[in-house]
Amino acid sequence: MGFMALFLETLIGGVLAGTMYSLVAIGFVLIFKASGVFNYAQGAMLLFSALLFVTLLKLGWPIPLALFATMVVTVIGALAIERIVLRPLANRSTMTLFLATLGLSFVIEGLAQGIMGTEVHALNLGVEDLPIFWGDILISQFDLYAAGVAITLTLLLALFFNKTRIGVSLRAVADDAGAAQSIGINLNFIWQVVWAVSALVGLVAGLAWGARQGVSFNLSLVVLKALPVLIIGGFTSIGGAIIAGVIVGAAEALAETYLGPIVGGGIQFWFAYFLALIFLFIRPTGLFGDAEIERV
Amino acid sequence: MSDRSKNSHPLLSIDGIEVVYDPSILGVADVSLHVDRGEIIAFIGANGAGKSTTLKAISGIAGTERARITKGDILLDQVSIAGMAPHRLTKSKKVVHVLEGRHVFSHLTVEENLRSGAFLRKPSRRQMEADIEEIYSWLPRLKDKRKIAAGLCSGGEQQMLAIGRALLTKPELVLLDEPSMGLAPIIVDEVFEIISRLNRELGMSFLVAEQDMRVSLAHAHRAYVVANGHVVLQGSAEDLAARDDLHDIYLGIAEAA
Ligand SMILES: Nc1ncnc2c1ncn2[C@@H]1O[C@H](COP(=O)(O)OP(=O)(O)OP(=O)(O)O)[C@@H](O)[C@H]1O
Ligand SMILES: [Mg+2]
Repeated sequence: MGFMALFLETLIGGVLAGTMYSLVAIGFVLIFKASGVFNYAQGAMLLFSALLFVTLLKLGWPIPLALFATMVVTVIGALAIERIVLRPLANRSTMTLFLATLGLSFVIEGLAQGIMGTEVHALNLGVEDLPIFWGDILISQFDLYAAGVAITLTLLLALFFNKTRIGVSLRAVADDAGAAQSIGINLNFIWQVVWAVSALVGLVAGLAWGARQGVSFNLSLVVLKALPVLIIGGFTSIGGAIIAGVIVGAAEALAETYLGPIVGGGIQFWFAYFLALIFLFIRPTGLFGDAEIERV
Repeated sequence: MSDRSKNSHPLLSIDGIEVVYDPSILGVADVSLHVDRGEIIAFIGANGAGKSTTLKAISGIAGTERARITKGDILLDQVSIAGMAPHRLTKSKKVVHVLEGRHVFSHLTVEENLRSGAFLRKPSRRQMEADIEEIYSWLPRLKDKRKIAAGLCSGGEQQMLAIGRALLTKPELVLLDEPSMGLAPIIVDEVFEIISRLNRELGMSFLVAEQDMRVSLAHAHRAYVVANGHVVLQGSAEDLAARDDLHDIYLGIAEAA
């Protein structure tokens, strides 16, 4: 295999895999943007929905029904979390809110594993991971699907945020919650919507990751993969999450292929953080983070 | 203004409210005032006098800033609205609060800002377009900027936008907090001209908190002066403007005779 072909194959594989990081990061961005909460429990929610879905499949439910039931339960769970845990804490410090979601993540993980068990389940979505050849270059069909899902989801969210009443209200709340209230926007309702949407995004991410690496406790650790993506893309930009996910995916793959042999493997565990650190130095708000729009 | 006496009860009436911020900071000690239908009321006072706190108590924004009304009551059309959530007040009682300091949605375009003001009414697409065109006719400066992010507009344009957005809720009473803040005098006059016209032509009522006595007294029917959390003087705008001790009362260093 030639140099160029290897390079391209690594790059494309990395870019496609990176959209999976984006999927996870988007769930964080939604809640953070609208309410300033860094929802550490996003990973646990993602684990919970994937685990519920495989459990239902194992019980013999057909895929569409299991998917629907999982969606319903996930959304209800997210609404309950917002209502019972986060809303009473509104206006508290960022640290308090973060710690609340951290605690929540252990509760959800514990509950999920207590009820549905701790073994690793395979998740088969009916998408076979056949290699596709494009000339010399091998592309994973699964990655292609995952990227397609990520792109579709992003387009849907973009439509939602720009064309619907609730979507525009949501951006308004993100900009200035006080002013949004003053014109009759119900903040509690908006936060409920945001948690529900974010739970659904988490479900999609959970299924994609679950299908790739099996459904187990490890799934909730994808949070740690999302963190560098958020630092690079900015915590408040969905577009940023997509692009940063792709950057991280591509950089990781290239580093693994070209630097891995030099530094002796294991590079995928830390390279994303290394990249994020560099970004923190040059652009602390992330690529698309909200620098205040203001005239000087 | 004689037709105002037809309605015997005022549109808004505040009876001796005390407002306390969490945990125990006194925001307002004793404020009573009323707004009749079709009036522009100037609510004037120096920094920290309690103007914003009073408006926030009326609109319910106080509740979300952890402030409580600990004494007195606020009546709208003779019904208590004290403690009502802001979105309910705006939707069912037609009161809107334009916050101090030009709170526009800076990442949204000017037109998206305006649209958001109409959301609570859920208008049809046609109605929405018509309502927005109407606002442009009141605030023509905004039309050229419709596609621009609100955060990039000038201070005057942002103040007009905040007002226009509030008007799209179709209010009967507008609580306007320091519209003059940080604006050039010529723009301040323009803003107050528009308020006067809205009042004359649509009968909209305004409670305007201001530090700028000159312009607010020139456009108001009646006025209240608040100092250190107490209403210390009230009267018709002309009478107040004619007093030469007004400035000292305003600063809280002289008592009204
Ligand atoms: N969020 C808050 N928490 C605690 N105290 C507050 C808060 N907001 C206002 N206060 C206090 O309440 C009192 C009245 O303030 P308020 O903002 O109502 O004054 P104001 O007349 O609007 O002044 P300005 O002209 O500066 O806007 C002040 O002593 C102020 O320190
Ligand atoms: Mg004020």
